[in-house]
Amino acid sequence: MKSVIQINDIKKIYHIGEIDVHALRGVNLSVNEGEFISIMGPSGSGKSTLMNLIGCLDEPTSGKYELDGIDVSSLSKDEYADVRNQKIGFVFQGFNLLPRTTALENVELPLLYDRNHRIKDPIKAAKEALERVGLAERIDHVPSQLSGGQQQRVAIARALVNKPSIILADEPTGNLDTKTSIEIMSVFQELNDQGITILLVTHENDISYYTRRIVKLRDGRIIKDEKPQKIHIASKDLELVEEDI
Amino acid sequence: MLQLKNMFKVSYKSIMKNRMRSLLTSLGIIIGVSAVIVMVGIGSGSQQRIEQEIASMGDNMIIVFPSFSQRGGVSRGAGSFNRMTMEDVEAIQKDATCLKYISAIVMSSGQVIANGKNWNTSIQGVDPDYQHIRMWKLKSGEFFTEKDIRARKKVAVIGQTVAENVFGNIDPVGQKIRIRNTPFKVIGVLEPKGQDGRGQDQDDIIYAPSTTVLTKLKGDRYINMINASATTLEDIPKAQEELADILRREHKIGYGKEDDFMVANQTSITEMASETSRIMTMLLGAVAAVSLIVGGIGIMNIMLVSVTERTREIGIRLSLGARSGDILTQFLLEAVVLSLTGGLIGIILSLAIAGILNTWTEIYTLINPLIAVLSFSFSGAVGIFFGFYPARKASVLNPIDALRYE
Repeated sequence: MKSVIQINDIKKIYHIGEIDVHALRGVNLSVNEGEFISIMGPSGSGKSTLMNLIGCLDEPTSGKYELDGIDVSSLSKDEYADVRNQKIGFVFQGFNLLPRTTALENVELPLLYDRNHRIKDPIKAAKEALERVGLAERIDHVPSQLSGGQQQRVAIARALVNKPSIILADEPTGNLDTKTSIEIMSVFQELNDQGITILLVTHENDISYYTRRIVKLRDGRIIKDEKPQKIHIASKDLELVEEDI
Repeated sequence: MLQLKNMFKVSYKSIMKNRMRSLLTSLGIIIGVSAVIVMVGIGSGSQQRIEQEIASMGDNMIIVFPSFSQRGGVSRGAGSFNRMTMEDVEAIQKDATCLKYISAIVMSSGQVIANGKNWNTSIQGVDPDYQHIRMWKLKSGEFFTEKDIRARKKVAVIGQTVAENVFGNIDPVGQKIRIRNTPFKVIGVLEPKGQDGRGQDQDDIIYAPSTTVLTKLKGDRYINMINASATTLEDIPKAQEELADILRREHKIGYGKEDDFMVANQTSITEMASETSRIMTMLLGAVAAVSLIVGGIGIMNIMLVSVTERTREIGIRLSLGARSGDILTQFLLEAVVLSLTGGLIGIILSLAIAGILNTWTEIYTLINPLIAVLSFSFSGAVGIFFGFYPARKASVLNPIDALRYE
């Protein structure tokens, strides 16, 4: 299996005034292609910091981070931006779509910053990505005309469109009700079945059961790295939920 | 750098998504640019009018008028010692080589009565050449002749305003008119000439032979002015010299003594007048340019607010792989597009204002294309200058903080 993420002894220290906050105290993590992994932990455990480091939004204080074979720790700010554009797809808790901008235009956005022009036809690629998340019918809708679940699907399509090495999802179901959360997890599972690597940060156990590997953080260290006893299948759970109603 | 086309697309979209805000942002520039163009247009319009009017004043015209005189060190002001006489005119007529026309001017004014109506106007005594110096055609009748001058005939040529106000619909030619109780015969009516550079009605006038006015109306021997035409435009300086020499001789002004007359020509008057209106144009333009700069500050203001308001958008773009240079370009382009669009609308607006002014009011506006181009490029520069600070502020945002911004 090809390794997508290789993290060795990463530390992150924030200097807040005169106090040093050790957000990460030496984390080792290896993620292979095709994995579906959830990072769990209470608030303050360092999971958001780890997420930001993996997403190349922030630099580690020390340690080595290889993304898709590239040593990211030595890159410049602009190269960081390019790595985010080419190799990472973000899905956020608050969707973070551009308001008053159609679903299609939102999904096209990452391709606008694609300096290598890997994707020749941005509109076609954006349409395909929206089809993959089941929103082919709503490409001309603006976020305010879409439900929370639909907005998150647009966000997932946006994360997919530039064919990234990994999708990073930060509490993607945090703003959604149970049923919609399961729907979104089913989208992720479907994408993972197609071979897409997904790393998801959550504090909900129920959500982590839909992933294939659970990493637990506490006080800046990994305390557990295991497979869930039973992997839930979101599409099946969705049928159950619908029967309940 | 990304493709500029893409960046323009981004900027254009975000401008169109905030139409009202964009319009308000551009408003300062719109007003600034149109103010500059219209103000300078009004300035150069009036300048052109003055120049045209002075040109129409006469044919290579030279004007001689009495100068201030000093007696025992006391200056008595212009024209205080009027020594020019008909003899001076005759001497010039005899000796000057570069003049084609010459006329004495005797100024008077008073009440005129005819046709049961009366009117107050100016009466000028002139010589037959005056008609040619002023290039003034007759509407009807004829101008008086050298014979009339010698005979001090009581004949008059009247302007359009006088004709209308005194005679109404009657043909004035052949009619009697009493000028300060002296009966004159109207022998001609001049074509209307309109207002002069100072807004004075040039048609509100009566011309009579210089000798008649001097002796019968004024009972004086001094004339007020001499008007003359040089043979050619190039001869004007030489003719002026000649005139001055003859007058100095006639007035017996010794070497090193001050002249008691002044010789001016049309060009020098033109220069003086257009210098005045040029300064006015510059002042108007400067005031308008200030409003353009204020417009630029308006852009900076709105852009700064917009950067704060769109912090999250900037965070999203950064997380999706925008470099900070891309963000800088985007916001800078937005500022420039806003100011250039404002500049363009301003140009259109100024054309509309100029059209309205020229059609409906007395103000004549002359749009200078160079000023339009200049203020348009200046508005672009204003956009870059005042857009840079907000754009820079946007580009240095940290993506994590920007994403978290509520």
